[in-house]
Amino acid sequence: MSTPILEMRNITKEFPGVKALNNVSFRVAAGEIHCLVGENGAGKSTLMKVLSGVYPHGSYSGEILFGGQVQTFRNIRDSEHVGIAIIYQELALIPEMTVYENIFLGNEIRRGPTIDWNETIKRATQALQKVRLNVNPATKVKDLGVGKQQLIEIAKALSRDVKLLILDEPTSALNEDDSENLLSLLRDLREHGVTCIMISHKLKEVLAIADTITVLRDGQTICTLDAQGGQVSEGVLIKHMVGREIDNIYPKRERQRSGEVVLDVANWSAYDPALGRNVLKDVSFNVRRGEIVGLAGLMGSGRTELALSIFGNPDGYRVDGRITLKGRPCHFTHPQAAIAAGVAYVTEDRKGDGLILIQDIKQNITLANLRGIAQRGVINANAEVKVAEDYRTSLNIKTPSIEQRVGNLSGGNQQKVSLGKWLFVKPDLLILDEPTRGIDVGAKYEIYTLMTRLVQQGLSIIMISSELPEVLGMSDRVYIVSSGRITGELPIEEATQERIMQLATN
Amino acid sequence: MSSVADSSKVGAPSFVANLQKVLQQNIREYGMFVALFVIMAIFTITTNGIFISSRNISNLINQTGYIAVLAVGMTLVIVIRHIDLSVGFLSGFLGALAAIAMANPEVIEGGLNLPAVVVIPMILVLGILTGLITAFLVAQLGIPAFVATLAGWLGYRGALQLVTARTGTIIIADETFNALSNGFIPDIFAPDTGPLPGVHKLTLILGVLAIILINVSQINDRRKKQAYGFEVLSNDIFILKLVFISALTAGITWIMAGYNGLSWTVVIVLGVVIVYDFVTSQTVLGRHIYAVGGNPEAAQLSGVNIKTITYVVFCSMGMLSALSGILYASRFKSATTTAGNLFELEAIAAAFIGGVSPAGGIGKVIGSIVGALVMGSLSSGMNLMGIDISLQYIVKAAVLAVAVIFDVATRNRGR
Repeated sequence: MSTPILEMRNITKEFPGVKALNNVSFRVAAGEIHCLVGENGAGKSTLMKVLSGVYPHGSYSGEILFGGQVQTFRNIRDSEHVGIAIIYQELALIPEMTVYENIFLGNEIRRGPTIDWNETIKRATQALQKVRLNVNPATKVKDLGVGKQQLIEIAKALSRDVKLLILDEPTSALNEDDSENLLSLLRDLREHGVTCIMISHKLKEVLAIADTITVLRDGQTICTLDAQGGQVSEGVLIKHMVGREIDNIYPKRERQRSGEVVLDVANWSAYDPALGRNVLKDVSFNVRRGEIVGLAGLMGSGRTELALSIFGNPDGYRVDGRITLKGRPCHFTHPQAAIAAGVAYVTEDRKGDGLILIQDIKQNITLANLRGIAQRGVINANAEVKVAEDYRTSLNIKTPSIEQRVGNLSGGNQQKVSLGKWLFVKPDLLILDEPTRGIDVGAKYEIYTLMTRLVQQGLSIIMISSELPEVLGMSDRVYIVSSGRITGELPIEEATQERIMQLATN
Repeated sequence: MSSVADSSKVGAPSFVANLQKVLQQNIREYGMFVALFVIMAIFTITTNGIFISSRNISNLINQTGYIAVLAVGMTLVIVIRHIDLSVGFLSGFLGALAAIAMANPEVIEGGLNLPAVVVIPMILVLGILTGLITAFLVAQLGIPAFVATLAGWLGYRGALQLVTARTGTIIIADETFNALSNGFIPDIFAPDTGPLPGVHKLTLILGVLAIILINVSQINDRRKKQAYGFEVLSNDIFILKLVFISALTAGITWIMAGYNGLSWTVVIVLGVVIVYDFVTSQTVLGRHIYAVGGNPEAAQLSGVNIKTITYVVFCSMGMLSALSGILYASRFKSATTTAGNLFELEAIAAAFIGGVSPAGGIGKVIGSIVGALVMGSLSSGMNLMGIDISLQYIVKAAVLAVAVIFDVATRNRGR
């Protein structure tokens, strides 16, 4: 291996309650394309945030060597200064500004106290040529497609004499042509001596472009493979990525697949006017009584959009298709209607759109079903306390009082409050979006046990999850979602992590 | 000092330590009451007691009423993360319409010669309708409330000048109407007869009833909480609290009974506060309002209709603007071309002083009333002291800034 441009040694990064990176070491040779792969939550993004200074020196342990020098980045500016540029999934461009303004934002070319716009436009044009993008630099960024915006991000990095370019899932939002274009650009840049780290879930792409591949799993480096020899296959990668044993934390139960169909979704499509594209295409699936249906897939594949579009469509997608709930065709125009019909949705982002953090446990639990504790619009305070106490006991919410503010609870207890809130609406169908994200193993186990109890009582559950062991451990059936489509349905006996991964990265 | 420390038993904290703890924990809730108390005490001293005199307090409340009702409505608007800049001139405009509706057509063009009992509900309904317009712009068309209501501010200002352009100030002759901000509830005994001559007997009786009611409800509330095993105040502190509230109510009653008794303004403001406090703290609607303010996305996913809530809150604001306009016109027995100028900012200031969070989701109606009283006391007290108006603004600015700094500081500590 040639001389490394980057060496990260024994990096450990902890968040409260979670070890996101555990003694990770990572070497990147100068002038190579190095791919970083692993499941969601394996620590890839965290590692890149450590590298780029998002997590400043001192908030992690370990050493970073770049260009042979020990680096102690305090922020992104420091890492940019030595020639590291990171391009995130969520693009950091300002839509209302022009291409050339964006390229030199934060790096303005000055003449005296003012900006030299002529020079800016000239240099922007050169940067655009380097990424082979043929647009007028005076175009507003919002008028360009995602693929072109991505290239502008790269042009922006190149304008700063970048030595190491980091791309976090660069093709996840791109169509095939744009992806192919981007990959060939990366090869081009390699010829010009730019080193590149690419995080990707699309293993075909990874194999097509990588010189070296490093696999992360559960915050640890599993292996670093030389991809040029041709011995590395998708199968090998998947095995390394998911290779852990399934822990025995999933309660045993009779698998259910014979109940009557509770929810039937047919030819369901959704167009998101904000994104200007279809987020769901011709999706059909069903859920039976007493069944846990797993919706597997990668982040951004459209699972949450699917759940939301069924649950009253609060984001205002243009939807098309049929939903039949308990034998009756329905069309919910507000979550209120979905709730009234017996659907509950526990959101992925508890803090963002699930709970009201400044209110107490009691108020959060009753919010979705205040009518259940009120007479003629007046809340019966005693009934509310009783309901909240019931759920505190049955869900084992650890808190000194139900008048505790939800913002002060741990992730696991917040999730239990969320579950309590949705169980109190007495649903027939419970949609759980990443039900165990960011919570500890003990609370996970409690939630799995609860889910088991609920389906035994006749509830139906749709479980959206990025954690394959969880999908396999809990589901009766698994649907795999990829790019807004259902790419496969597997009964649990036939589902393996490898097959799911294959269908999800398809 | 050491003897005090020795006397406190281990495990059972002393009364003083207990009190300290309770005050520290509830510093935000009690803070504004303490501030109001301190401000009133200072002015009482600097004016040799004139400030606290029955006549002055009565005047102070009558002058604060029309801001106080606006502050109540503004509280809800800010709680759901909006703002309403149009309420000042809206109240002026609606006040002028009320004056015209009651005027003699021979004196004022367009006068309808209607009695107050007809005009008042009419104006209130008109207020609700203006709220519908604001809500339509904000909820339906998605225009930021700041901009939508800034347009309202301009529009109602123009409308006010338009309807008063010919006549200038419109004098209101209707005695019933004028009594709203100048009159007092009747007494059961003729004044200066019976026991305690010169004191308003009905006011005293109502005060005593209020004290009994407050004590009974507080004791019930505490029992209920104990039954559920919630943490409650320790016995001695609870008694202290009851004594304090009772003494305060008694003091206010005594002061007001000393000068004509309860004014109609007090009755109206109290009515508004009781209704709004009930709605915000006890009803589904109130819970939905705070949910929308606390986290709109979560509220929507929980089945709360954000549009409906926005309509309700702006309509209530419109109605209270109308009430404010009525109280103001009644106070000066006339409608003027500049009525309502800057009311909106005084109401917003009162709400912030009263602990409403600019980020939304937090703030009580009672707090905003106290905030309005703080502002009113500052005006009244400094006027009595003969302080120049320019300095008055600066003092008010400092109080507003300190109140918000205090709020932010205590909020951060609670995290």
